[in-house]
Amino acid sequence: MRYMSPTEQTVLAIGTKKGLWLATSEDRTNWTLSRPQFLMQEVPSVGIDTRDGRTRIMVGVRSEHWGPTVAHSDDLGTSWTEPENGAIRFPEDTGAALERIWQIQPDSRDRPGVVWAGCEPISVWKSTDGGERFELNRGLWDHPHRSEWGAGYGGPAAHSILPSPADDTVHIAMSTGGVYRTTDGGSSWEARNHGISAYFMPDPTPEFGQCVHKIARDSKDAKRLYAQNHHGVYRSDDGADSWVSIADGLPADFGFVMMAHPSRSGTAWVIPMKADAERIPPDGRLAVHRTDDGGSTWTRSDAGLPKAEYNTVLRDAAAVDSSDPAGVYFGTRGGTVYASADEGGSFAEVVSHLPDVLCVRAAKVGSA
Amino acid sequence: MTDRAMSAASSPGDVAGTGSETGTGQSVSVVLPPVLAALAGDRKLLRLPVPDMTTVAAVLDLLGRDNPVLDRRIRDETRAVRRHVNLFVEGEDVRDLDGVSTEIRPGQELFIIQSVAGG
Repeated sequence: MRYMSPTEQTVLAIGTKKGLWLATSEDRTNWTLSRPQFLMQEVPSVGIDTRDGRTRIMVGVRSEHWGPTVAHSDDLGTSWTEPENGAIRFPEDTGAALERIWQIQPDSRDRPGVVWAGCEPISVWKSTDGGERFELNRGLWDHPHRSEWGAGYGGPAAHSILPSPADDTVHIAMSTGGVYRTTDGGSSWEARNHGISAYFMPDPTPEFGQCVHKIARDSKDAKRLYAQNHHGVYRSDDGADSWVSIADGLPADFGFVMMAHPSRSGTAWVIPMKADAERIPPDGRLAVHRTDDGGSTWTRSDAGLPKAEYNTVLRDAAAVDSSDPAGVYFGTRGGTVYASADEGGSFAEVVSHLPDVLCVRAAKVGSA
Repeated sequence: MTDRAMSAASSPGDVAGTGSETGTGQSVSVVLPPVLAALAGDRKLLRLPVPDMTTVAAVLDLLGRDNPVLDRRIRDETRAVRRHVNLFVEGEDVRDLDGVSTEIRPGQELFIIQSVAGG
């Protein structure tokens, strides 16, 4: 049975260290790969916005020579548009310059045109015109904690943004700093890391300073979140007021990825890595682990994955689509991308031998 | 302000051709790397009018006035030249001179090129 009509397809955007590839498929099993775009420029962030009856792909691009920029395409990558003065541009009074766009996150369906971006230096931005121009969130930029936020290995960045579909709450995660929450649409932000370990700090349970790698929001319960920490896997049931460990049952509590099911509560996926000092799949065996009960139990899935794999999966190099059953996608720093059309039960290779995969995003779209 | 269609082709074209920004009066020559030529109307050589002795920063301001995307490739929003972009005035690296305060006068050349970097 087809899961989509013949006029629909899934587009899988693959951002790498040296360019962007777009894969398309009608059955999420057989894929057609585009030519590389933005070749020799890294693409650390992609957002696919399917609201407003159109498909807009937004990419954060960074050239080692020529700097970062945001571009968008409304024709599945056939052409790209870049605002002349830059979609993201620090105001002059900040004295700051954009280094890298780590996250491009369309808001919920009832907020058309609203797109969020998370950047380096640590900053959050909001667009109300579909990602063509973003405004710096001053509440976070002027936050009194700023001088104490640090830099993860990849740089100091706000890398995860989760606007709540229920109200004006937005959760973000930064490395390093941890989870912050606003309940007033971004005017004020509070650290929300109670229960999350920062074992690398003198005080292992500080108010902030954690290195949370990725957060995801439960699709049915807006106050339930999941977090993959720099060692530690957590769940919150109270909007991040407190976190509890859900790492039991996993082969390791280190990793970068956290994905929540697009429509079913309690289901999430992680891809564990062995440890901070050994950033490889445990025993060199790549596997995706899934919970259907909010993290109480986990089920390992490695069907279709290689017997030996020593590359890691970066924080945004994994994503789900919104189809039923949900598709699960991830790519490795070794340049291989895998797709599952059965919610992570089994995987098949989409492409291999690409540059390091930095991000993937997938969405069901109309045919080009 | 208009947005700009950008090339995301796998092999950015080395667009040939030269042009003159004004064709009259005294000017400095700005030589762009081929990869940036498309951002200046497919020109690798521009001649920008300058009144007299000026600075590299002033030439970059003039260049950026009509070519904002090109400007963002060369300088960030604080107007600092990007780390891996090199500027030469008459063959001298401005980092060995006075940076963007380096003086440049009519008839001289500002050569812009990316550094050897990456992997």
